[in-house]
Amino acid sequence: MSKKIAPVTQSDFVKAYRVMLTSRVLEEKLAGLYRAGMIKGGVFLGRGQEALSVSVGIQLRRGDIFAPLIRDQGGRLAFGDSVLDTLRTYLGSQLGSMRGRDGNIHRGRPRDGYYAMISHLGAMIPTVTGALLARRLKGEQGVVGATCIGDGGTSTGAFHEGLNAAAVEQLPLIVVVANNQYAYSTPNSRQYACTDLIDKAIGYGVGSHKADGTSLLDCLQTLRNAIQTAREGGGPQLVVADLLRLVGHGEHDDFAYLDPKLKKSAVGCDCVFSAEKHIIENGWHSAEELTAWRSETEEEINATADRVRREPLPDPSEDDWAALSRPEYREQYAAS
Amino acid sequence: MITYLEAIRLAQQKALATDARVFLYGQDIGSFGGAFKATKNLAVEFPGRVLDAPLSEDAIIGMAIGAAIEGARPIVEMQFADFSTCGLNQIVNHAATLFYRTNVPCPIVVRLPSGGTSGGGPFHSQSLEAIYAHWPGLVVVTPATVEDAYSMLLEAVNIDDPVIFCEHKFLYYHLKAEKLPDTALPIGKARIARAGRDATIVTHGAMLHESLAAALELTEDGYEIEVVDLRSVKPLDTDTILASVARTGRLLCVSEEWPWGGVAAEVLARVSSEGFGLLDAAPMRVNAKDTPVPYHPDLWAAHRPTASTIAAAARRLLQI
Repeated sequence: MSKKIAPVTQSDFVKAYRVMLTSRVLEEKLAGLYRAGMIKGGVFLGRGQEALSVSVGIQLRRGDIFAPLIRDQGGRLAFGDSVLDTLRTYLGSQLGSMRGRDGNIHRGRPRDGYYAMISHLGAMIPTVTGALLARRLKGEQGVVGATCIGDGGTSTGAFHEGLNAAAVEQLPLIVVVANNQYAYSTPNSRQYACTDLIDKAIGYGVGSHKADGTSLLDCLQTLRNAIQTAREGGGPQLVVADLLRLVGHGEHDDFAYLDPKLKKSAVGCDCVFSAEKHIIENGWHSAEELTAWRSETEEEINATADRVRREPLPDPSEDDWAALSRPEYREQYAAS
Repeated sequence: MITYLEAIRLAQQKALATDARVFLYGQDIGSFGGAFKATKNLAVEFPGRVLDAPLSEDAIIGMAIGAAIEGARPIVEMQFADFSTCGLNQIVNHAATLFYRTNVPCPIVVRLPSGGTSGGGPFHSQSLEAIYAHWPGLVVVTPATVEDAYSMLLEAVNIDDPVIFCEHKFLYYHLKAEKLPDTALPIGKARIARAGRDATIVTHGAMLHESLAAALELTEDGYEIEVVDLRSVKPLDTDTILASVARTGRLLCVSEEWPWGGVAAEVLARVSSEGFGLLDAAPMRVNAKDTPVPYHPDLWAAHRPTASTIAAAARRLLQI
């Protein structure tokens, strides 16, 4: 039944690499702004996870649903988020999509299928499942929804309930697990007892796909397979990619708990460097070209950051302080 | 005669018939028709739009949120209000925050079969309206009549914000009406269920009927008690409450919930703060006892406020 799945081309690879590069440079900028005290909240980076994240976002189509998680700057940019809105949200600009009401990775534009995560891990799995159910009820076909999570998130009740419900309804959901070895400081040995997280797929009766999270080529091909299978009616697909978070949980975290053996193992390989190596070794582009791309990206991001820093911040006296959309339901508290 | 429960079923039937965006999702609600039969025959009448859910309250609410973002109007049933705590995260952290954070509203209706019935015990009897009212971003309604059960559920479906619909199980079968209303007070407006001059009882849900019985009992002593049915606890119609207290000078809040931080406590706080000068006596409240809801009918009957405990409290209030 399945149409042949197209192999990843040079053009696909390079296009994805460019997004990874933008993500990496943007996150370096965010870390710099954090160290300079310009970001009031936390900064949570996806360093080491760009290949996987971009492979999800870039292979979704307009009309699909994407609910990224903490370390998905790459996937967000690939799906259509902008450097501008990322910086606006981190810096709390009033012009950002969250208007200073929420920050950092908690951003999205739900009307565009780009959902804004809540911090409670697993919560976006049933949410995307329900969105896909609504699409089915409307008679829409051929759309998929993807959501990302980490090894820690697979231990939540919401992960279980959401994936199980999606399987019961046979909805076109792709759950992408970045098995990055740590949930904050908790190593996988304290997170789960199965041999491999992909073993969970059979228990839920969903498709399973394993990827090398350090390899852009493998991530692109694996996600392409998973997305197409879901799109063609194959039901939910679980993707597990092994990789290593190359930074602390957030920029406040010195990552002192990192096992040095992991850093030196296969998962410790930096996916951005290995993608660059792949491009150069195949003779697609030279090292000089890649360096020039990085400089261009840096200039663009620095300019955007400078612009955002001049933008208005949210004004408490201007906020309508309305948690409900219907004005007549907003309660007035006399003394406040 | 139409029961309170049938009114809820008929409201869902009408919502399904008149609005293609509406679908129902919950445990056992499909061909079985629901644990209380609030969705009886609806799966047959509306194929593919009344769906059985796995035993996953968190997923049920989460799915409703996703569906609402996509333009649907889901009505989800928690089999008992008590089990909604398994879906609490999605209700209070996701549905309730969505509009404030993203400017996209979250039009879901969560039906909570609420409150005590004889023999229900600790886990099938809870009244949770106050905890949901505590979080910003939710509308919390507590219909106390057949007419309100019907019209408020239909109105809830049309509200763009998440609505926690606390329907009282004690009223399901014995509360009956001749016919269903064409018009109704809007959500957010309280109703004077009984006019009076000597004291005001502010109440909601099944306690409306206990309070009305208490008011009737007190007429034998020559007292005329005004009874305010809140209808919705959030928004809370402070104006109607204050106007009533201005007429009577005395306030008794009656609520089946636990006392700490409940609806009665909120009403007392508002009247004390905004209507202190209207009061001729310190306001009082009657709540359930501060223990889990007990199983044995004798213990249960003593745990919740009843017409006689309400009347006794009102007598003390009137003698101050």
